[in-house]
Amino acid sequence: MQTKQNVDRVVRTILLISASFSIIIVISIFVFIFRSSLPAFSAFGLNGLLGQLTWRPANGSFGILAMIVGSVMVTLMALVIGVPLAIAAAIFLAEIAPRSVQAVVRPAVQLLAGIPSVVYGLFGMVVLVPLIRRIPVAGNSGYGLLSAAIVLAVMILPTITSISEDAIRAVPRSYKEASLALGATHLQTIFQVLLPAGKSGIGAALILGIGRALGETMAMIMVIGNSVILPAPLNDNPLTVFLSQARTLTGNIAVEINYASGLHASALFATGVVLFGLIMIVNVSARAIINRGNPSAG
Amino acid sequence: MGVPDMTSNNATELSVKRASADLRKRQASQKFGFGIFWLASLIVILIMLVVVGYVFITGVKSLNWEFLTTAPKGGLSGEGGISTTVITTFYLVGLILAISGPLGIGAAIFLIEYQGQTKSGGKFVRALLQAVNFGVETLAGIPSIIFGLFGYALFVSTLKFGFSLLSAGLAGACLVLPTIIRTTQEALLTVPVSLREGSLALGATRWQTISKVVLPAAIPGIITGIMLSVGRIISETAVFYVTLGGSYRLPKTLFSGGRTLSLHLFYLAMDTNAFEKAMGTGAVLIVSIILINLIIDLISRKLSAGVRLHQ
Repeated sequence: MQTKQNVDRVVRTILLISASFSIIIVISIFVFIFRSSLPAFSAFGLNGLLGQLTWRPANGSFGILAMIVGSVMVTLMALVIGVPLAIAAAIFLAEIAPRSVQAVVRPAVQLLAGIPSVVYGLFGMVVLVPLIRRIPVAGNSGYGLLSAAIVLAVMILPTITSISEDAIRAVPRSYKEASLALGATHLQTIFQVLLPAGKSGIGAALILGIGRALGETMAMIMVIGNSVILPAPLNDNPLTVFLSQARTLTGNIAVEINYASGLHASALFATGVVLFGLIMIVNVSARAIINRGNPSAG
Repeated sequence: MGVPDMTSNNATELSVKRASADLRKRQASQKFGFGIFWLASLIVILIMLVVVGYVFITGVKSLNWEFLTTAPKGGLSGEGGISTTVITTFYLVGLILAISGPLGIGAAIFLIEYQGQTKSGGKFVRALLQAVNFGVETLAGIPSIIFGLFGYALFVSTLKFGFSLLSAGLAGACLVLPTIIRTTQEALLTVPVSLREGSLALGATRWQTISKVVLPAAIPGIITGIMLSVGRIISETAVFYVTLGGSYRLPKTLFSGGRTLSLHLFYLAMDTNAFEKAMGTGAVLIVSIILINLIIDLISRKLSAGVRLHQ
């Protein structure tokens, strides 16, 4: 009896230690990345890093503003392309599709979610980039924001679709029944009852999608061109800005970290800190927006 | 029949007409709206078919037994097969699961099974539980390149493991830890409380109850979590790009570098012109993901069948 209880106590301690690993890892990630970025922050200051456009490690310029703009632009474009499709598919799965059709669409979405990002990147390089290169604009290489945004839109689609579907399904049945009983059509019920009621879940889906888009690395390296420039129109037509090359924060880290040293390496860690900050800002502000309408929702 | 009756009849008729016109209009717009939803889903399926189909059709030329069983020769032409990268992927999956499996499952057990038992540890345990939950949530939201950066800073540079299986394995373990913890938590929660109470009432200790009653019942859910992690490791590239080195040779020890299948695809696409081989590698990756999805489906179908049996 005594030994059994001793075993119990030992096991409990072991489990407690393994549980504490997750928080230890989070703390060490924060500590390591912030500490490693400190030399760059103290050498160049906030403005030298975040406010400057020139990134030329050989000359000691480490401005990451162009990469911030690149990341934000490609993410916004991916949202514009991907979100309507993703939410429409979610509504379709939750409300409209007959069971047999669901059995086709859902595995398709699941497979899209599982395809490795390098495969999307490769598809982008081999199919999308040559297609977009055909747009007759001087300086258009096909690699750039538009190709990257299309690839990214497909990559965030399954996340947004499956979580939004869950959110719509979680709306109490009685809401829908009441709306239909009042004479609203199914479509009116979807737009005026189900979507507003499920908005905090759909909002969470969007946050995850944005996080995934900002964090995507390899596919972006493969199709966005990686030039450190502030995206600008290629000619008089302002729309050609979408054909401009760019570099993302994630791409900047991945492309250069393996050969960087000293302040250069530190500036890459600072890039990581900025990426962290961006994702944090998205999370906090999105939560604030979602909760503004209904303070009761968590 | 008086005149006022006539007008009121007319009025009702009119409003009925209006209402039915309104209904027709609403039904028409519903048809249109539903059409758009059908179209959107069709587009999603088409995207899937185009991506997967293109990769298979262009990759199939290089897909054969020789491709799978020869080692890559390196160089700009991208000659050779993918055998060493397949083996390296297996090594890395094994290593990562060996680290994160016990840690993650242990953490989940602690979070679920010892939640109510705070009296012996008191405030400390309660604070720890909160911190761990926060940790898991945060980890799940961190982009993978940050895990790579962390792995590079801690394992590759500070601890001097170099670009190696060990560095990549440790960084990868951090990456999949939240997945394993979350899915195991869910699996444990589906085990009825009455099973635990029955076992405890029979005089079993908490650990005996967990190891002999709760865990066996939760195994299918835990396996689902592990399979999800395998899929994640196979697809992951960013973390390994900055921690694994990229040598196409077979790693001999924990301290040798290597490249996984997806990393190999990346190098083929960026450094060589061997797009067909890259597509072939992509096809192998997609087939493995489909297999993993099938296994997960099978388990969850078995699970829901089991639940129905219990009721």
